[in-house]
Amino acid sequence: MDKERVFVVVIGGDQKGIIARVSTLLFQHGANVEDVQQKVMDGTFVMTMLVDISDCDSGPAGLRRDLDHLGQTMGLTVMVHSESVVKAMHRV
Amino acid sequence: MSFSVEEAFETAGMILFHNFDIRAVTLGVNLKDLVRPDAAELAGLAHARLAGLGARLKAEAEAVSQDLGVPIVNKRLSITPAAWLIEPCREPDAPLILAQALDRAATEAGVDFIGGFGALVQKAMTAADRRLMEALPVCLSQTNRICGFLNLASTAAGMNLDAVARLGHVLKDMAATSDDALACAKFVAFANAPEDNPFMAGAFHGGGEGDVTLNVGISGPGVVRAVVEKYPDCDLTMLSEVIRRTVFKITRAGELVGRELARRLGVSFGVVDISLAPTTMIGDSVGRILQAMGLEQVGAPGTTAALALLIDAVKRGGAMASGHVGGLSGTFIPVSEDLAMIEAVECGALSLEKLEAMTAVCSVGLDMFAVPGDTPAHALSAIIADELAIGMVNHKTTGVRVIPAPGRAPGDSVDFGGLLGRAPIMPVNRFSGERFIARGGRLPAPAGALRN
Repeated sequence: MDKERVFVVVIGGDQKGIIARVSTLLFQHGANVEDVQQKVMDGTFVMTMLVDISDCDSGPAGLRRDLDHLGQTMGLTVMVHSESVVKAMHRV
Repeated sequence: MSFSVEEAFETAGMILFHNFDIRAVTLGVNLKDLVRPDAAELAGLAHARLAGLGARLKAEAEAVSQDLGVPIVNKRLSITPAAWLIEPCREPDAPLILAQALDRAATEAGVDFIGGFGALVQKAMTAADRRLMEALPVCLSQTNRICGFLNLASTAAGMNLDAVARLGHVLKDMAATSDDALACAKFVAFANAPEDNPFMAGAFHGGGEGDVTLNVGISGPGVVRAVVEKYPDCDLTMLSEVIRRTVFKITRAGELVGRELARRLGVSFGVVDISLAPTTMIGDSVGRILQAMGLEQVGAPGTTAALALLIDAVKRGGAMASGHVGGLSGTFIPVSEDLAMIEAVECGALSLEKLEAMTAVCSVGLDMFAVPGDTPAHALSAIIADELAIGMVNHKTTGVRVIPAPGRAPGDSVDFGGLLGRAPIMPVNRFSGERFIARGGRLPAPAGALRN
């Protein structure tokens, strides 16, 4: 079966523990982080994680809900998109 | 396959900062097999089918939106033109019986609108067409989620001036029987109406369609505006290029969402409508794109040329991104639903005449504009005839959604709130075309239609 992967995009002010806390939450959901990139763009901290959620118990909806909650606690915006959307938009 | 942080961020940023969304997923539903002589029986069967399909559409659209991470704003249904459905019904109030059942179905299913309460009368009217047209004021003012349409002209058939002349009076009745003429906001008069349009108020499920088809309307004026603002000084060839690239991306997302939703519903996927559809959210404006291109206000000299470039770039980018482009696929320039258009009317930059000129290069026609409440019926008919002539002669769709706002004059506005926005009253040329409209008959199809 094909892997089901999502991009987790974290946007906001840089601070201690972003990778640690997001990764921990992903681990708790049974998701596997395959790639991490981060950069400051237009003065904003942006981190993207490519995450395999094939074994994720709660599906993308549950993951998104918990990531939203974490983002609110840390003052960050967290977006979750299917890899297929990013692929469709950026690859011919 | 690896992606850069910029690419993933661009997708997130379009949604987060620039209002990118799938504007409408519209399930077209055939109801021809439900035609019955008894209007109540027809209405009951239509209600059952639409409430069921509508509820599934809503649930699956929300699931796809969650799973893919792309917002889907409106979930809608479109039906076989209602005039065909009431053909054999004997009850004088058959149109209202059907409209109320459809309205209940929409409410129960939680879909925003059901479109298709209309008729195709470009050449002439059947008795059922006439009955439906005359019932539009009561049907649209006594329901909340029903949208009506009439196709009054086509390039092949010409224009039905008898129906256009009568429509002026029907519109006046629609304005008089609903608060702030709201019924008029739920009705479009078309030339060359597409049979697979996912956008309201003009969506219907045409005679050449299958039983159930999903059509998708993408949107993204905010995204296009943002990219145009990034290139304040490039020449127009380059500007077209950057718009094309952006529209390609958002259309690909729309196509993906549409195909996935159709698969989950087990229905055929129809078309992606690549129209840019503004909302009253700040920045989500077609007018602001034109301003970012270099116009002080919409309506300034250069507006029609700028719009022509924009719409061409949208089509090029969208056509490459989607296997089946259809519907209206133009650029919507509604007055009330676009903050820059409202501003342009209020500061005197945009007149009705210039708006009409703009519609010669974009698909959708004179949309959501308000005129004084005392505008005579013949003037409404004449405005519609002018606009439909542009579509008829140029082999394209044009439509008119006009709000003759009771008791209002230029300087006032009519505020519908929500997606429909606020329409400042536009002055109408005070000279009359009454004698022309009163002639009736048919405007012959243009000679250019003879292509066989």
